[in-house]
Amino acid sequence: MLFSGEEIVSVLTDLGITHVVWIPDTSLGLWESALEESPGFDLLRVCREGEAWPLAAGLMVGGKTPILMMQTTGLFESGDALRNIVFDLKLPVIAIIGARNWMNPDSQDTAKTFAEPILQAWGLEYQIVEDPSDKPKVAEWLGRCLKMNKPGIVLLAE
Amino acid sequence: MDSSNSNSQAGMPLRSALSVLANARQAEDVVITNQGSSRVWPLIAQHPLDFHLNPSTMGGAIPFGVGIALAQPQREVIVLTGDGSLLMSMGSLVTVMAAGCNNLTIVLLDNNIYDVTGGQKTAASDLKNDYHGLARSVGFPTVDSFNDLAGWTEGVTRFLQSQGPRFAWLQVDPALADDMKTIQEPMDEQLSRIGHELGC
Repeated sequence: MLFSGEEIVSVLTDLGITHVVWIPDTSLGLWESALEESPGFDLLRVCREGEAWPLAAGLMVGGKTPILMMQTTGLFESGDALRNIVFDLKLPVIAIIGARNWMNPDSQDTAKTFAEPILQAWGLEYQIVEDPSDKPKVAEWLGRCLKMNKPGIVLLAE
Repeated sequence: MDSSNSNSQAGMPLRSALSVLANARQAEDVVITNQGSSRVWPLIAQHPLDFHLNPSTMGGAIPFGVGIALAQPQREVIVLTGDGSLLMSMGSLVTVMAAGCNNLTIVLLDNNIYDVTGGQKTAASDLKNDYHGLARSVGFPTVDSFNDLAGWTEGVTRFLQSQGPRFAWLQVDPALADDMKTIQEPMDEQLSRIGHELGC
């Protein structure tokens, strides 16, 4: 994993995140204790990723600054919720999407195959983070999205 | 217009059931509607803290309400959802409890059909669902069931004043066909209005 739990907590805290809405996978899940123990924001668990987008929307309408975390498979599962919140309600949700098997060049995982095409189909701007030298891009990209009030995705290589 | 549907069950007239809630709702409460209720509620009540999540993703109203409730813990948030929507996101009841938002009320408007698409059966229509037991099993401290207007009218205030989060299962008739034609306030205007009312 490119980021330790403490590193990602530091990034999110600096961004002013108030809530992390997530369903972990084996990689993102390594951050659980750090996210949970962070005094700067609350960690919210949902039962399926389709709940995460409207929950984040409610937080935003209520004046908070959430971020979603899920695996690419969860992104696929929650497509209609994404469509509704980002395009019908036009709420600038930001998310870190764990890109399953991205670091495995030989992987035939279709979750890897479809990650970028799906984001492109939704017209969502995204930043791929796949190398340690990319790490500053997470704060830069998400910070820019928040500042410009636009949705944005970090596709975080796993 | 006739609201009967061969797939539906006998219940309270929807407009009447919603009127009871509109009368009991406190001025500072947020009310979130969805699907069928988003068409009918505006015919009964117009309040700055109403939010009609339509267009929506089915099953989205409850998590949306959780978000508002967490962001605005000083307010009560009432979410109206249909049985078809709840069936698409049963886990959202668990999410409510996990989030610990005691200022949330869910009112399930159970007409036993997909009303907005023309009255088709849901997967649950021929089953004896116990939504009361479902909510109780995930830990809702207040769960109530109402299948007639007199009981709902008599019980609504006590229900809303009970320990949250709360879950009420209302058996209702399908909406009147003309009521489903309601033209809704545009989403951007709704967002602007409720954001202003919530002080955001």
